[in-house]
Amino acid sequence: VTCKDFLKELTDYLDETIDSSTREELEDHLAWCHNCYVICNTTKKTIEIYRDSELYELPEDLRSKLEVAILSKCTSRKKPTTT
Amino acid sequence: MDYKAKSIPAETGVTKAFNGAAERDFSCQRKPGFARPNGIGLCICNLGGDGAAGVAPGNQLELRIRFHGILHPDTMAIIETKVKDAATDELALVQAAKSGNVAAFEELVKRYDRNIFRIAQHITQNREDAEDVVQDAFLKAYENLEQFQGNSKFYTWLVRIAVNESLMKLRRRRSDRTVSLDEDIETEEDSMPREVADWSPNPEQLYKQGELKDILRKTVQGLPASFRTVFVLRDVEGLSTEETAEALDLSIPAVKSRLLRARLQLRERLNKFFRKPRGGDGKT
Repeated sequence: VTCKDFLKELTDYLDETIDSSTREELEDHLAWCHNCYVICNTTKKTIEIYRDSELYELPEDLRSKLEVAILSKCTSRKKPTTT
Repeated sequence: MDYKAKSIPAETGVTKAFNGAAERDFSCQRKPGFARPNGIGLCICNLGGDGAAGVAPGNQLELRIRFHGILHPDTMAIIETKVKDAATDELALVQAAKSGNVAAFEELVKRYDRNIFRIAQHITQNREDAEDVVQDAFLKAYENLEQFQGNSKFYTWLVRIAVNESLMKLRRRRSDRTVSLDEDIETEEDSMPREVADWSPNPEQLYKQGELKDILRKTVQGLPASFRTVFVLRDVEGLSTEETAEALDLSIPAVKSRLLRARLQLRERLNKFFRKPRGGDGKT
């Protein structure tokens, strides 16, 4: 496994959607390749930080306004079109 | 190890937490073979909010997961039943809404409006546009409910509508540029890591929360729309690769390729904020 091979498989490796023999090969590579080890860990951390950060919250007052607006438009259109 | 999953829709929450965050967290300890459908290796010992066993339809589910043993088969069975119940409940709501029951549709709006707002804001990068997208996407969904055949999840179908509405907004704002999910701007080589520096152990703690959010927002905004959208659906919203492909009308290899490049580019851009200090105050 070269570093390029490793990077190609990185997404499947991090998502654990990879067969066990390929995983073993990649982990063998990780055991001695410091660069890929760092890239793997920092990419994993990147995903975690984004996943755990609520970057755009919908404030409750705005949420209520939007819900009222949506439902009043839906009501004015009454029943969805039927085929 | 405790992991608190952020609010995720009840009908997908358990599965996502198992297949996504929880599983990935554990894998870093190199102990594969847990959290499979048979539940081996994972124990849920504290469920926040209403808990998986009592989550009401439409509620957001919060999970607190601690790894320390083997998931009891009874617990797993309860969770699986609740996931199935929630999916059935959603179909029932869609059916009722199709018959003109606005209250049923209201339930669907309440279930997903936060997610749609986040996705829209990530893509459009504009708050007013995101508000419009939320309204337009739900209205369009309501008007076209008959076209929803139930082959996919209602949420995936809704996301597809919202992404299209968001891209239209983006195109209007950038009338000089084509914005498309088909754009494949950079070659594979462009995503090859240029800088390999290890990060501080808890890089997110180097900054105040507001400061950190600004960094993360600006960094993800710098990605091309086609990469940003895939990253947001897959890694921020927790859709599966298959659901992301379906929502964006892309092939699975295309989703994986864009996701890899998005992740690597974000990592590269975050280096300057998070890399280990070469000595000094913790911020390089």
